[in-house]
Amino acid sequence: MRHSDRDIRWLPGFNWVTLFFFLFLYLPLIILVVFSFNASRSATVWDGFSLQWYAKAFANDDIQRATKNSLIIAVFATINATTLATMAALALGRNRRVRRKQMFSGLIILPLMIPEIVTAVATLTFFAAIGLSLGLGNIIIAHTVFCIPFAYLPIRARLQGMDESLEAAARDLYSGKWATLRLVTLPLLMPGIISGAMLAFIISLDDFIITLMVAEAGSTTLPIYIYSLVRIGITPEVNAISTVLLGISIIIVTVSYLIGKKT
Amino acid sequence: MTGLRAYLKDHAGILPAALVIGVFMIVPILIILIYSFLAPGDYGGVKPEFSTDAYQRLLFQNDLFDQLVFDPAYLKITFRSLWIATVAVTGCLIVGFPVAYYIAGQPEERRNVFLLLITIPFWTNLLIRTYCWILVLRDTGLINSALMALGVIDAPLTLLYTEGAIALGLIYTYIPFMVLPIYAALERLDLRLIEAARDLYSSRWGALWFIVVPLSMPGIIAGSILVFIPALGAFIAPDLLGGGKNLMLGSLVQLQFSAARNWPFGSALAMVIMAMVLLCLMLYARNLRRGGGGFQH
Repeated sequence: MRHSDRDIRWLPGFNWVTLFFFLFLYLPLIILVVFSFNASRSATVWDGFSLQWYAKAFANDDIQRATKNSLIIAVFATINATTLATMAALALGRNRRVRRKQMFSGLIILPLMIPEIVTAVATLTFFAAIGLSLGLGNIIIAHTVFCIPFAYLPIRARLQGMDESLEAAARDLYSGKWATLRLVTLPLLMPGIISGAMLAFIISLDDFIITLMVAEAGSTTLPIYIYSLVRIGITPEVNAISTVLLGISIIIVTVSYLIGKKT
Repeated sequence: MTGLRAYLKDHAGILPAALVIGVFMIVPILIILIYSFLAPGDYGGVKPEFSTDAYQRLLFQNDLFDQLVFDPAYLKITFRSLWIATVAVTGCLIVGFPVAYYIAGQPEERRNVFLLLITIPFWTNLLIRTYCWILVLRDTGLINSALMALGVIDAPLTLLYTEGAIALGLIYTYIPFMVLPIYAALERLDLRLIEAARDLYSSRWGALWFIVVPLSMPGIIAGSILVFIPALGAFIAPDLLGGGKNLMLGSLVQLQFSAARNWPFGSALAMVIMAMVLLCLMLYARNLRRGGGGFQH
């Protein structure tokens, strides 16, 4: 304990709690990943390395269909949510004529405050009440709504940290409003937009409960398919698909973090 | 007319997002509020007649003679939800505070790595993370296999499908929500205050309890609310780790909209969850207005 005497903040045991915490956080995930490569069906006894469960998972038609649905939904929800969030962030951060900014920013964050199960049944009820039945379209609408705050927060943070004098300089040099936006503000804002889009994408890709309630027959997404498998029983195939989905999320978050850090 | 046009022009950036959230989130919640006062339809949905049956069902049942009798079944589920959510908050706090404190004391480079490591699981699939715990907790799972191999126990312990398993799953899921706000409060902590306490012969633990904890109270409260709200409405953890027999409010709501087909009752339950959430948020707002435990200068 090298700083125990010098560091005023040092408290004995807190380092061990932190170590325990990270083990607690990652051990279950590591077990999942390790046993997805297991040669036998066992999820507790190691029988050698094998990729057979991945091969089986990738060859499964249902999984391919579910993956396709998940990707279509995530792409459209991301584009919608990021566009709306960027416009909202610019309006709240740069447009002095917008009134009731507090109310609007509260509204944008609202989807984060409402428990998912409530959002899920409310959306289901709403679609049923107005008779909207667009297949994947229904899910895309539902995802767009709860992805907005996830896209908005990084964009807003980036905008707040940006030097406004560059935009002022552009306008002093007779750049029009739109030219300034296109040539100065948006390029500067891009790291925030990319990072917001990535977060929206994985939030959509991973969503389970809202999709479960809103999805109609034939609109199965990957998490819903995994859930149906888990309900039947534990199979190594579940471990394999889950590991793939886990890998995608981790890569996207890390990249998004690095983009945010570099600039 | 010009006023409206000017308003629309000025608010062209914010209105689309506001409209999408208004139409597809606020209107739906208002609709289930209305549905909770209607009678259930025969095959799901509702009949357009006013009824408070859905709320009555929270406390009463019709007996054989069609008399209303007190039935604590749903009250029990409500209290179980509150109880498990409280256990989850407490668990997150006990582990989360020391972690946030430890991380706040690290050099900046390492702090950022720690923070990234805390956020990564949050961005991974909730279903999968909960599923991992089935692998760990079930009878042939990691804990039981290890304990039996070591000879500590002869027969597997029942770990899965218990309230404890649900609480564990919730702690696992939501602990980043506890660590991050506490960390944010501790990061801005003025170290001279601890120095002053130590100079005045306070012990390390005394300084922690009387200086650090009160100053990080806004973070602790924010974290507790951020864990409590989703834990209360949780669906996946009670479903997968509770095995459906230890129902919580979230799973009960889901049940009413799927197998049970009682939309008004499901809506009423959703309103109960919303009421609890609103209460939490109001307490939080009051806490902020009061100056957040002396944190804001």
